Amino acid sequence: MSLSETFGAKARRQLLGSIPVTVGLVILGALVAASVLAQVIAPYNPKRATGGINEPPSLAHLFGTTGQGQDVLSQFLYGGQNTLWVAFSIAVLTTLLALVVALTAAYFRGWVDDVLTLVTNVFLVIPGLPLVVVLAAFLPPGPLTMIMVLTITGWAFGARLFRSQALSLREREFIAAAEDVGESRWRIVAIELLPNMGSVVAAYFVNQVIFAITAQASLEFLGLGDGGQITWGSMLFWAQNSSALIRGAWWTFVVPGMAIALTAFSLALINNAVDEIGNPRLRADRLLRRAGVRKPSATLMTPVKRDA
Amino acid sequence: MYYIAKRLAFYVLAAFVAITVNFFLPRLTPGDPASTIVATYSTSLNAESLAALKAAYGLTDEPLLQQYLTYLGNVLRGDFGRSLSNFPAPVMAVIGAGFGWSILLGLTSVLLSFVLGSVLGAIAAWRRGGWFDKLTPPVLLFLGSFPYFFLALLLFYVFCFKLGWFPMGNAYSSVNPPALNLAGVGDILMHLIAPAFTIVLVSLGPWTLNMRNAMIGVLSEDYLTLAEAKGLQPRRVLLSHAVRTALLPNITALGAAVGAVFSGQLLTEIVFTYPGLGYSLMRAVSAVDYPLMQALFLIITLSVLAANFFVDTLYVLLDPRVRTGGEA
Repeated sequence: MSLSETFGAKARRQLLGSIPVTVGLVILGALVAASVLAQVIAPYNPKRATGGINEPPSLAHLFGTTGQGQDVLSQFLYGGQNTLWVAFSIAVLTTLLALVVALTAAYFRGWVDDVLTLVTNVFLVIPGLPLVVVLAAFLPPGPLTMIMVLTITGWAFGARLFRSQALSLREREFIAAAEDVGESRWRIVAIELLPNMGSVVAAYFVNQVIFAITAQASLEFLGLGDGGQITWGSMLFWAQNSSALIRGAWWTFVVPGMAIALTAFSLALINNAVDEIGNPRLRADRLLRRAGVRKPSATLMTPVKRDA
Repeated sequence: MYYIAKRLAFYVLAAFVAITVNFFLPRLTPGDPASTIVATYSTSLNAESLAALKAAYGLTDEPLLQQYLTYLGNVLRGDFGRSLSNFPAPVMAVIGAGFGWSILLGLTSVLLSFVLGSVLGAIAAWRRGGWFDKLTPPVLLFLGSFPYFFLALLLFYVFCFKLGWFPMGNAYSSVNPPALNLAGVGDILMHLIAPAFTIVLVSLGPWTLNMRNAMIGVLSEDYLTLAEAKGLQPRRVLLSHAVRTALLPNITALGAAVGAVFSGQLLTEIVFTYPGLGYSLMRAVSAVDYPLMQALFLIITLSVLAANFFVDTLYVLLDPRVRTGGEA
């Protein structure tokens, strides 16, 4: 299910034409391209000491060097690679898991639905970070542990979202029609329900990438990542551990931190704009203005006319 | 009352799940971490504590069910064993010291960001399409994209290290917590501002955007048209008719946010070396102190559950529809 099918050609033009989306796509594209091409464009080996300790940005080291003398730019590029594929995997897995739980609940209904909803709610209410810390502490550090732990703890909100979406879709006429025609329940779930949830699933997936990047960095910052692997989170961990703050080496934490923040920001921009276009109430304003309707009062949307 | 009882039963169940996970985790994870832990500490502990440690991780001949019941009894009595990194201090003593500071920081920042966010959202919806409404969402979205600990690092660097406006970490200047007189409270406040500001900035976005969108939804309701048609001042319509209704979804979100904000707060505490639970958690992780880590997980979870229950109760008081038995 692509965006175009969900929103139609007109909305798509609106989407691509809006400034936030363009900004988001450009930032995201640049970060992804830089990470993918790390092997080609990185000036140094990210693990070797190639300069002095905590050197400020210069021509030789555009983003400076770390407390261990490594090149921050090269670490940023390789770190992006390691960070993004893990985050992407987590987003794919949590979205799939949430879909399976939600559609199973919607398909079987009755007690299966009750049990799955209860499990979902329990997972939702238990705070994420402490649970993730305990889980990660008992498993060997590395990307696989990271993916597993964050998938186990990250799917619940999606399951609730998709389930309520599926339940409201189930009330529509076309589902009743499909039932009357005698389609099997699995067919209804797969052919009728699932495609109509496309936009919600897409928005959730984008949010999950943000969640995964931030959660991954948090765990690594706590020291629960694989210390030997370069990621944006482990760069922050080493910066904190080599007291970069009180040595004034701001480049060692600003670069990976901004990389995380910009990735999350660009994704959030895209998501927000999609939401604005999909939500008719938020859109009504702009359409009214384009139609030349001046609002009677700046404050209220009511049709009550006041004397100016 | 039925609604509250139902919620309470749910939270008790959630607490039970958390406690059970905590019990089975060291016993069921692959690679037998329990033996590794015990082996690590076998040289540094005396025989008695080693036996206690073995019991805590199920390296005894007792049947699993028996171990589980003993464990449940211990948890109910608040006995979480001894901390390995602060041996022989009981885990609860280590946690107790940080608990108050975390509650202080958490309550301050969650309430501040909730109030501030709701006000900003209401203003944005009120002046919809104005410069404030255009500027606020992207700025907050940008701030909300910062991981808590990164914004904490930035603010620490600028305000505590470079400018020296706020103290560099800890919750008070003296070695021991100060007396609660004017100077002491002032000292505590000075140490509180920077970490609280960090949490407020990162968590402000959702409150504002939710409030704005809820307000926009409410503003097109018929009863507001009626309120304005009968001649009420716009200010009155907004404050006593629109804002009150639009606040409800934000209050529902308050419960869910407590958990997320608390997770972020733990990391913020680490950066500011604020002596709360987050700081204990980091020390537990770096010292591989499993009993402390697990007890922290339980205590934080139970606190968040309690906060959620409190918000649910609050919601019943605010929304008459729930009181009469409808679904929330």
